[in-house]
Amino acid sequence: MTQIPLKEIMPNGEFLESGHLACPGCGASLSMRMVLKAMGEKTIVALPACCWSIIAGPYPQSSLKLPLYHSAFETGASVASGIKAALLARGDTETTVLAWAGDGGTFDIGLQALSGAAERNEDFLYVCYDNEAYMNTGIQRSSATPLGAWTTTTPGSHPEGRPKKDILAILAAHRIPYAASATVAYPEDLLAKVRKAKSIRGTRFLHLLAPCPPGWKTGDDETIELARMAVRARIFPLVEIENGETWRITVDSPGDPVGPYLAKQGRFKHLGREDAAAIQAGVDARWKALQRRVAGS
Amino acid sequence: MKKVIVGNHAVSWGVSLARAEVIAAYPITPQTQIVEELAEMCDDGRLAARFIKVESEHSAMAACIGAAATGVRTFTATSSQGLLLMHELLHWAGLGRLPIVMADINRAVAPGWNIWTDQNDTLAQRDTGWVQLYCENNQEVLDTTVQAFALAEKLSLPVMIVLDAFFLSHTSEPVDIPEPADVDAFLSRRDAALKLDTSDPHAFGALTTPAVYMEMRKRQQEAFDRVLETYQLIDADWDRRFGRSWSAIESYRTEDADTVLVTSGTITSTARYVINERRERGEKVGLLKIKMFRPFPTAALRRALAGIPKLAVLDRNISPGHGGIFAEELRSALYDLPADRRPRIDGYVLGLGGRDVTPDVIGECLDATRGNDGASSSREDIWVGVKP
Ligand SMILES: Cc1ncc(C[n+]2csc(CCOP(=O)(O)OP(=O)(O)O)c2C)c(N)n1
Ligand code: SF4
Ligand SMILES: [Mg+2]
Repeated sequence: MTQIPLKEIMPNGEFLESGHLACPGCGASLSMRMVLKAMGEKTIVALPACCWSIIAGPYPQSSLKLPLYHSAFETGASVASGIKAALLARGDTETTVLAWAGDGGTFDIGLQALSGAAERNEDFLYVCYDNEAYMNTGIQRSSATPLGAWTTTTPGSHPEGRPKKDILAILAAHRIPYAASATVAYPEDLLAKVRKAKSIRGTRFLHLLAPCPPGWKTGDDETIELARMAVRARIFPLVEIENGETWRITVDSPGDPVGPYLAKQGRFKHLGREDAAAIQAGVDARWKALQRRVAGS
Repeated sequence: MKKVIVGNHAVSWGVSLARAEVIAAYPITPQTQIVEELAEMCDDGRLAARFIKVESEHSAMAACIGAAATGVRTFTATSSQGLLLMHELLHWAGLGRLPIVMADINRAVAPGWNIWTDQNDTLAQRDTGWVQLYCENNQEVLDTTVQAFALAEKLSLPVMIVLDAFFLSHTSEPVDIPEPADVDAFLSRRDAALKLDTSDPHAFGALTTPAVYMEMRKRQQEAFDRVLETYQLIDADWDRRFGRSWSAIESYRTEDADTVLVTSGTITSTARYVINERRERGEKVGLLKIKMFRPFPTAALRRALAGIPKLAVLDRNISPGHGGIFAEELRSALYDLPADRRPRIDGYVLGLGGRDVTPDVIGECLDATRGNDGASSSREDIWVGVKP
């Protein structure tokens, strides 16, 4: 693979200030930085409660150089719907509304509002940065927490016992014009998807895997590597779905074994060989299902 | 233009005259007609609003929050369970200082399911930072709806217009509907000083530490301190333009009264009838209507009620473990009056879950208070007409 220096593909615009309050190595802050670069200055951000409520800084500061509305945990999609309606009411068809929520705010408490908005095909981009637990409140499980993971509410003796909810399939089932997964480990893919999403009207959804060093018990220099391993191991395939029908894999996942990915993270350290095999089996089954979807569309 | 319309449609007319720009709402009996009519108005061009057909009241209020923060005029309507579902976001709108206007049809809360009127839904929201205005008839509903936008936007506070289920929501009355041009002269397009705007970016609602949170609360309180005076100015302006006025509290035939009924909502109209009858018989009785419950117009109530020997407060609500809510708030408001000017307050809990409050029922309350010459009330409410 040819190596292109990151700075050559990165748009110059910078909408995230240095001095924001994320932990070192935070995948969520990197995700925001990259997404906003592709979004540009005509963007209004609706931000329900999540780690980003802290990263954005306390009053009277803001680490974002864009208009930002902090809102209640479950209201990302509904507040964004209102902002968009207000812009249209005053004739602004240019500004994009970006709802930015964590996995808890998306998979769990905000799912009803998101489903309502997606079904209405509200005209906004909804980004879920997924760190696979409630990190703001100190690492509790969400329905995005993967099988076998430790969190404070799924202790090592009783780790998460269910596989991660398939949020992309749920959004696709709403037949929204665009839904995709991406991650900062593949910036070209991520930027292309944001640009594509930005050019489309209606509800657009991006699911970003965003490693979290304190929550995953990983080093703060391992974020990119982990995100890349998750993609390569088919744990987090990079796909895009148009109109809920056309499924496409945008970056190939060669199918590296899941073992090394799990072994790198403290949240999986209680797992034995059989647990890892069960996780591998789940990943393989979901990959097959994805292949069928891609082939059938 | 005079039209015979139900209370719900009086709200819809008020909203369309105010030229609301974003409406987000969800159906619930007995509010549904408001949003049906608004949807119709948006459809046939009478109203150029964007109507978001959300999947819940929770999202209705959240969408209003987003829209109001973007600087436009917003409206929603709900009732009972729907209002309760909004609770977290009512605080958000209140402390977020967003001038959202909402109509709530007072409906009892479940279980068991009950679609009839009482005030527990709205009174449970009294500390959420919303102005609350209770209405007595459909003309007042229409006028208050338009006035509410002016008040909300002047002080950056959300305003709730409250009307009784069925007794107003579904009851037809003749209503004078002002000319749109005249309302435009009264209420111009919303011009928000601060809003979500890419040419002037700000963050709203960020983490607020103990070092600044109290100041924010104090500003909210100061805004509430200005509500009564601001409302009076708005109402006087309305009166000049349209020849009608709806005061925050209204004293009716209280001159020389030995006993005064204190009411809110449609019970007021029935109580007026009772007072007229009694006055004809020479009884010294009067009525005080409370329209504005938040802020509680304490100073005005002290002025209006000082020196009246006895009050009979009719509460279509109950705070379990305490008592009728208007009676309790009045006791607190009048506590500072000198003892010889402080009325004795009898509280009556009645009409819950839509039970009829007839002239006879009100007459009984009046007689009980007039006949009781004890110096102080027991503070225990009298539950009216409850079967053993
Ligand atoms: C109604 C409500 N319940 C609970 C909370 C507490 N809370 C704030 S953020 C959060 C977790 C957020 O998790 P997620 O969306 O995954 O974002 P993350 O913190 O992981 O970035 C919780 C539980 C809240 N703010 N509001
Ligand atoms: S806890 Fe995780 S998601 Fe939250 S700021 Fe830290 S690294 Fe980022
Ligand atoms: Mg999370």
